[in-house]
Amino acid sequence: MTGREKRNLRLGLLFISPWLTGFLLMSLYPLVSSFALSFTDYSTLSKPVFIGGENYADMAVDKLFWQSIWNTAYFAAISIPLNLGIALFLAILLNFDLPGKKIFRTIYFLPSLVPMVCLAVLWQWMLNGRIGLINNALRPFTDFLNGAFGTNFMPPNWLADPAYAKLGLILAGAWGVGNMVVIFLAGLQDVPRALYEAADLDGANFWQKTRHVTLPIISPVIYFNGIMSLIGSFQVFAVPYVMTGGGEGPGRSMLFAATYIFNKTFRSLSMGYACAISLVLFLIILGLTLAATKLSERHIHYEGK
Amino acid sequence: MKSDAARKTQTICLYVLLVLGAAMFLAPFLWMVSTSLKPLNETMSIPPRWIPSEFLWENYPEAIDEMRFFWRYLGNTLFLCVMTVIGTVCSSAVAAYGFSRIEWRGRDKVFILVLATMMIPFPVVMVPIYTLFKIIGWTGTFKPLWVPTFFAGAFNVFLLRQFFLTLPKELSEAARIDGCNEFQIFWHVIMPLARPAIIVVALFQFMATWNDFIGPLIYLNDQQDMTLALGLQSYQSQGGGTSWNYLMAASTLIVLPVIVLYFFCQRYFVEGIATTGGKG
Repeated sequence: MTGREKRNLRLGLLFISPWLTGFLLMSLYPLVSSFALSFTDYSTLSKPVFIGGENYADMAVDKLFWQSIWNTAYFAAISIPLNLGIALFLAILLNFDLPGKKIFRTIYFLPSLVPMVCLAVLWQWMLNGRIGLINNALRPFTDFLNGAFGTNFMPPNWLADPAYAKLGLILAGAWGVGNMVVIFLAGLQDVPRALYEAADLDGANFWQKTRHVTLPIISPVIYFNGIMSLIGSFQVFAVPYVMTGGGEGPGRSMLFAATYIFNKTFRSLSMGYACAISLVLFLIILGLTLAATKLSERHIHYEGK
Repeated sequence: MKSDAARKTQTICLYVLLVLGAAMFLAPFLWMVSTSLKPLNETMSIPPRWIPSEFLWENYPEAIDEMRFFWRYLGNTLFLCVMTVIGTVCSSAVAAYGFSRIEWRGRDKVFILVLATMMIPFPVVMVPIYTLFKIIGWTGTFKPLWVPTFFAGAFNVFLLRQFFLTLPKELSEAARIDGCNEFQIFWHVIMPLARPAIIVVALFQFMATWNDFIGPLIYLNDQQDMTLALGLQSYQSQGGGTSWNYLMAASTLIVLPVIVLYFFCQRYFVEGIATTGGKG
């Protein structure tokens, strides 16, 4: 290394030292420590005791653990494609050059600013089985169906019904897709106009242009939004926590992986076990991210890269 | 080529879709405000009334009284917002400078580590970090909620780095020829130019702190120490669960500052979010 290179290395490290300290203290150490603790019996009240793979063996037969994983997977499997679909649809609508599009963009974005606790409280109210706004809107439809076909449909009791609680949560989450819409819109605005003009000359209609021009060009943005919501939805915690008053929901239908880890850490003080679960959750997220990356490699189109 | 009639139908269809969607996205807001102004018995009327029979503005001061420490919560939240914004802006700007404006061996490899840390789910590091703060006696204080922001979070470093990279190299070189050292270049040349990006980072951090729930939930013990978000949850779970008019009034009060902030800084919000989506 020349003197200049040495000097730059020192300077570079000096400048990144806040991050480096944080990385060591708030990422690397906790990660290693979590791994080590996952092989122990540990509560903050006592010293950790090494118990080998017992936590992992317990997990395999822990019904609540499996339920929390099932609930989390169910939530993610519906909410990720739903939110991506809604956000992409709205972004395409908002990308048309219409007068007043700014106002619409603002309206669609606003809900994503709402703090999660407020969102949870508000949607608990919206989803109230008897007097909630959602069921008041649904009732005319069910009444109509019942009148026409003699059926007996009822709007669901959402958060109080194990079969519908997660769907209620998903609905509340879909209200906040505005962030994703903004990211999609930015992607759509980067699609070169010349491509659409060329497609017009070939006589392509709107759907063909969307399918063969828009989607391939913005595929990296779809991938980005998909991965971000994957990471986010596997850690879902605050909204269900508030909606259930810090509980697990009817029939434990709102017991998510992060909820279970939280309860194990701070309620039953089984911190070693909590660490083991959290590592499994990490591996699941990592595995799915890698799988999504592999799967999408063939479909992602990187402009000039 | 499209006829005028076809174009007109298309425009009408688009507006119908946009208006329907907008109604659905706005309805919860309107319902929140409408409920917050109703007498309690009217919140439960079927079919629902959108316009309260009388506007009970006193629901707002009453909800504040019901939450008991509302003003304390506001003070706590603002204190944390100020500290975390200072911490994030200072530390991430310095770190981002090191990742973009200085050439050093291994820089881009280390930067991959920065990106990788964004993948770590919070539950994984929760127990060791909590234990660490417990050992040094910081649980039950505000410190665990703001001190870590002085360690440059990965997301903010990424955002600022993307911006710093767009500034021409010649700026730094010219300053170097004028005899500026690296800190002077950082402070007098780059920081003033990076103002828009700094505002984005500050805004995002303000929002994150204002909205944060799990942090205060884990570290704060005393009722009086809570933040607004945690205070609202606590009020709701402790018997406020059925006074929907008060709950909605309190929610409105917590949402409103964020909305106002958005209208003042719309441009920064939109550009900031677009940058995270890979525009940089």
